[in-house]
Parts: sequence; structure tokens; C-alpha cells
Amino acid sequence: MTDTAIPIDRGDRPSTLRKIGEVVVSSPMVMLAAVLLAIIVLASIFAPWIVPHDPGRLSPSVRLRGPDSTFWIGTDAFGRDLFSRVVMGGQISLAVGVGAAIVSVAAGLALGLLAGYIRWLDAILMRFVDGLMAIPNILLAIAIVSLWGAGLWTVLIAITIPEIPRVVRLVRSVVLSAREEPYVEAAIAAGSSSWLIMRRHLLPNTVAPLIVQGTYICASAILVEAILSFLGAGINPETPSWGNIMAEGRLFFQINPGIILWPGLVVSVTILSINLLGDAVRDALDPRMAKRGIDR
Amino acid sequence: MNKPVLDIRGLRIALDGRADQELVKGLDLTIQPGETMCLVGESGSGKSITALAVMGLLPKALKMTAGRIELLGETIHNAPAPKLRKLRTTAMSMIFQEPMTALNPVAKVGRQIDEVLEAHSNLGAKERKRRVLEMMESVHLPEVERIYRSYPHQLSGGQRQRIMIAMALIMQPQLLIADEPTTALDVTTQAQTLSLLRELREKQGTAVLFITHDMGVVADIADDVTVMKLGEVMEAQPTEQLLRHPRTDYTRELLKAVPSHVPRPPRADDNAPVVLQTQALTKVYSQGGWLVKTRETVAAKEVAFTLRKGRTLGIVGESGSGKTTVARCIMRLIDPTSGTIEIDGTDIATLPPRELKPHRRKFQIVFQDPMRSLNPRIEVGQSIIEGPLNFGVPRKQAMARARELMTLVDLPASAVDRFPHQFSGGQRQRIAIARALAMDPEVLVADEAVSALDVSVQAQVLRLMADLQAKLGLGILFITHDLGVAAQICDDVIVMQHGVIVEYGPAGEVLATPQHPYTKALIEAAPGRHWDFANFRPFSESRQDA
Repeated sequence: MTDTAIPIDRGDRPSTLRKIGEVVVSSPMVMLAAVLLAIIVLASIFAPWIVPHDPGRLSPSVRLRGPDSTFWIGTDAFGRDLFSRVVMGGQISLAVGVGAAIVSVAAGLALGLLAGYIRWLDAILMRFVDGLMAIPNILLAIAIVSLWGAGLWTVLIAITIPEIPRVVRLVRSVVLSAREEPYVEAAIAAGSSSWLIMRRHLLPNTVAPLIVQGTYICASAILVEAILSFLGAGINPETPSWGNIMAEGRLFFQINPGIILWPGLVVSVTILSINLLGDAVRDALDPRMAKRGIDR
Repeated sequence: MNKPVLDIRGLRIALDGRADQELVKGLDLTIQPGETMCLVGESGSGKSITALAVMGLLPKALKMTAGRIELLGETIHNAPAPKLRKLRTTAMSMIFQEPMTALNPVAKVGRQIDEVLEAHSNLGAKERKRRVLEMMESVHLPEVERIYRSYPHQLSGGQRQRIMIAMALIMQPQLLIADEPTTALDVTTQAQTLSLLRELREKQGTAVLFITHDMGVVADIADDVTVMKLGEVMEAQPTEQLLRHPRTDYTRELLKAVPSHVPRPPRADDNAPVVLQTQALTKVYSQGGWLVKTRETVAAKEVAFTLRKGRTLGIVGESGSGKTTVARCIMRLIDPTSGTIEIDGTDIATLPPRELKPHRRKFQIVFQDPMRSLNPRIEVGQSIIEGPLNFGVPRKQAMARARELMTLVDLPASAVDRFPHQFSGGQRQRIAIARALAMDPEVLVADEAVSALDVSVQAQVLRLMADLQAKLGLGILFITHDLGVAAQICDDVIVMQHGVIVEYGPAGEVLATPQHPYTKALIEAAPGRHWDFANFRPFSESRQDA
């Protein structure tokens, strides 16, 4: 009957990584997505060693070829090997995706923590964020690119800035609810500084939703980069990216549909895989969400 | 003899149907027409699961593995879903603990009762409305026409629970299952709800299966009692028989742990130094824009009291009385609007954060909810040493002290490396106390610190706090809604209502001979106050002995 007689549960909770791993393994769809994404990422990283041809070499004699044994998925309007260009293009597209995700999550996390925890800063920061959110992403990105000129860095910034407000809002809402927890108030009573409270008691609560949000931003950034390049407001055409390969192929679509088909397919598969993995991570980190998903 | 309303034989329920995960282990229970049967037990005893099994509402993971449930002589545990649906509300219905979440927040309450009639009868709209209003009147709701058109959030907790009861009884079922229906209510509202249930039982002859953890409620309402522990029936007896002659040690322990409403003998007032004193402490919440303040709510008004070293001052009151506001002001978790808070001679009411920090170690708090008062992501030892580290204590020394404190609160010193989820609720509350003590405070504020605990665990934590107070000379400000707990632990008591102190004095005087009508009403409403649980007899007999 005494309380101390109740055995203390020694079970450890599985680590975050392990939980994610379990969900990935348990679903064939997610497994497939993980494998496809791994292939695409590895191919992009090792692209210079994989590509059969120089993706930049112009050979007017072999323009707009269909698939054959030399050019596996054909050539573009300048006679460049499409396969090599798509593989190389992954470097830019994925770099933009991952870069935008990391930078916008980091910036949004810092701003969101401040907005959520420091009351007087909240009003000022959030009005600014609301203002940013009122402008459509692509429009804002095009405006930034046309202001500073096209280039990898400008494109990265142009894609990242419109994503930040969403992260700020997410982090702020998590912080607002977490700061009411008695353990946070106990820390205040213990004389902990705002910095310590944010770092120790509030920040860990944001990790799970941020990992999920990060995957969505990554997917969305790859798409926005493709759109910007397609519109001609993206990375300059000498550097292949999935977007500008498709942009250049626009006029010759009827002669060699592969110019648009293959990079388009790779973009779709990449984004689908990232989103599937994002959902899986969300389910792993928040079991309540997962259950609701099944009920629906 | 009539057929029993409910007859349960050898009921077994297990998680995933696994024999090693049994939550209910062979329950027998019979309820006769018009009888109130109390199912009593602490958390994890399986009492709520039993109720859900009767209603056919067991969660999917739980399976009934053996036994039989009969309602009015009909076997229902294997009845098909449509039949069960029909039986609910017409033959049996259920009310829950939290009436706010049990009602649909976006539908008018009258309509919600009407829905039940619509589904189970073929009356016309006019006739249905008449019946609903009649039912609402019989549960003593005021202005039934207005309330019929109200949304749940526009009603008080007690009114919402009455709506739930009206909804449950409108089809005149023979069995009402009430799962802790008064636990979330204030004590005066609870008393009204209990007397309503008694009255309805007499008028309609409804049999009630009443689930509770509160022995006071049992003494007030039950004809028969079944005591459960970890899925097993410990004993079943008529109420008075059980309270007078419990057969098992468990029931005896359970009854002994019930805090008595007779104040404990007062301690000598030795004029120890004052550790906490407030004067005219006021907190006003104002809503509104930058230019005009539209609405002001006075949460606490001119609260003044004195707490001396080594003594316990209780603040009792119902929800909304302002007792927690006072605690939060003193902890400076919120800023008081006006007034002074003197801790050890310094007024901390208006100190800016930087100047406040050195004083923080003198006053510490223990919260109500043991599940949320420790950061789930860090080891409990780290939580305990956070405060001392802030004040420059070297980590090694702080950790050694944390181990000492763990032993002081009766936990193994090695448990500092574990995470909060590895402890039970009572253990976590001990850790929260250890964390507060790590700062060597002079004042400990306990905000409903034992309210979320089972009664046996509650008794242990109270004993622990009393021991620590004797050892360390703490001044304790004890905030509670439970007069029994206040009577057992406090030297002085403050009674608050609507943010104002209505009575303040030695516990013995305030609780034994209350002057203010509100205090009288509170004491009057406390369930089971006529019964001296620890001595297994009513107080009337105890007094004759003395």
C-alpha cells in the first residue's frame, strides 16, 4: 500500500531517431520513398563521377535525339546529354531544397522563440510576419530575384524568406502553449534566466514539429526553384537544374518529350518521397496524429 | 424478489485479450431496482472500465475475456451493436466526469436533450419540447426556457452536469451509470448534484451504478459498496456495514486515509518570526485595447495575511475564489496590481526581475498536476539541481544534495538519473517537493499539491510535508479546495470567495465554529462529513464517547 513499494518503471523511451526508423521500416510505401530518395540524393552527390557525358558540352550534330544506347534518355536542343544534365541538376535542386529548409527553420526557430516568450516583442514581430505572409510566395521570390539578379544565392534567399513566417508561427504557437506548463513556471520560480528557459524547457518541444515542417519546406523549395527556373527567373541556364532543363525544353517538347518528362518525373518522385517521409516522421513523433490519420 | 437491474458475473477484461494484462479480474456485482451501488477504488482499479463494459463502449484494445453481463435479465455483453444502441438511453445511460467535454459545444443544450427523444421516440416536436422542459425542471434548472436556448459554455459546471443528467434520464432508463460525476465540480455544486441524484432515485426508482474514489461521497449516497483494487474486488457490503466493519486491510487503509473534517489539535503559537506577509494584495485582470479598458475582473482583492516560520496557513475556496491567483502573485508568476508581499522583511511585489532573482530562493512552489510539473525530457536530478545551479552552487555539490533530497522524500537516491515518466504520480509529487526544497526555501507554496493524488498517496504526501516542516521549519502556504485536507494540515485557515477573504483565523475555530455563511455552506456541503472514517463510526457516536 505504500507508494514507494510501487516499482519504478525502468523502461526507457526509444530515441527520436529510433522511432523514425521504426515507422520507416513498418510501412512499405515509406520504405520505397526512403529508397528512391536515397538513390536520388546519392546520384546527385556523386554526379560528377556518374555522368556518362559532360553535361555542358554542346554537340549540334546530335540535337534532339531520342533515347538510344549512347544518350540513354536522348539529348536537348543543343545536343547535350539529357541524362547527365538531369543527374547534375539534382545537385542544384537538392542543395536549394535542403539549404532553404535549414536556413528558414533556423531563422524561424530563433524568431519564433523570441516572439513566443517575450511578450512585448511578440506584437511587433508578428505584425511583420503577417505582412510577409500576405504576399504570395512565388511573387515575393520573383521580386527578390529581379531586385538582386538571378544566381544560386539569390534564388536560395528568395525561396527561404517567404518560408520563414510559417516556421515562426509554428514555433510561436508551440512556445505559447509550452510556457504555460507548470515545469516552465517552476523554472521561473527557480530563478532560471529567460535564455535558459528557452533553451532547456521550450526549445525541445519544437524539435518534432520542426523536423516535419523542414521536410515540407524542402519539398516546396525544390518545387519553387523549378518554377522560378521555368519562368526564367532562376539560376542561369548554363548550370543545369531540374527547373531550367524543363524551361529550355518547353519549345521542343513535341520533338523530344523526354526533355520535360524526365526532369519532371524526378522532381515529382523527389517531392512525393520527401512528403511521405515527412508524414512518417510526424507519425513517429506524435502518435496522436498518427491515430487520427487512421481514423479518417 | 424482483429481477436485478444489473447482474455482472465473473467479468474479466484484458488488454488485447492477453491473460497477463488483465485489468478487471473476475468481478461480480448485482444492482436491485432503485438501489445505488458505489464502485470505489483508486486509479487503476478498473472501475471505469467496468462501466464502459456495461455500456458496450470498451475501447478496441480492451477485450472482455470471460463473464456475463445481464441487464433486466437480458444478456447484453454479446448483444449486436444496433440493439445496444437502443438499450443505451432507454434502459441504461451514463453521465461523465467532465460535463463540458461531454456536451457538444456548438449546439444548444435543449436541442441536445431533444436529440435523444427524437432518436428513441416518435413524439412530435411540440410534445418533445414539453417533455424536455419538464425534465429540465425536474433536475431543478432555473429559467428552463432560457437555458433550453443556451450553449454549454453559457452555463455553470453544475448546470451543465444537470443537463447531462436530464439527457441521461429523459427516456427513464432503469439504470444510470455515473462515472465520477461530481469530481470536477465545486463542493457546494457537488452536494446539490448528489441530492438531486438521491431525489431522482426516489421519484423515478432509477438504479444507480456510482463510480467514485471519494469515501465521503460513498457515505452520502450509496446503499451498497463494492471496493476494487487493481482489477480485483476486495469486498462488497452494504454501506454502513462497510464503513463500520471493513473486512479487508485494504478497505481499512482506504478509510483511514480519508482526511477527517475535525481539525487536528492546534500547535502552540510560539510567535516564530514572520516569513511571509501580504497587505492589500490585489490582482485585477483587464481586457481591452490600448486606449480603453473594457472589462475588469477582480481576481483577488485586498488580501492580507501573515505566515510564521514552521506553520501552515491554508487558503480554501471553490474555483474562481482567487486562491490560485494569490499563490501565483506571491510566486511572482503574475504581477500583482497593487499591495505588498513581504518575504523575510523585503517587499517583493514590485521588484523588477533582476532584483527579484536573489529573493527567489526563499519561496518555492509545488503544483497540482504531477504529470506536468516536471520537464518530461530531462532527468529528474537535472530538474532538482536547476535552481541551485542558477544560484552558483557547483554542479557536483548540487547533485550530491539532490541525492540527499531524494532520500528525504523517501525515494532511492539513485533515481536521480531517471526520467519523470518512470515514476508514479505520487512519486513525481515527491520529486517536485524535493526540487522546491533544493533551494532551501523559507516559504513553500503548495497549490492543490495533493488534489490529483489517490487518497492513500495523498495521505503519505501530506505526512511527508508535515515531517519536512518539522525538520526544516518551513512556512507552508497550502492552497486547497478540500476542507478535510485543510483541517488535517493547517494551523490557520483563510476562506476565500470571489477574490475576497471572508473568514480568517485558527483552523480549529474557522472549521469547527464557522462565522461566515459561506464557510458554513462549504462545511455543510462537504460529503461524508458526518462520518468519522478513521474510527469506523459516525461522529455522533464519537462525541458520545468523549
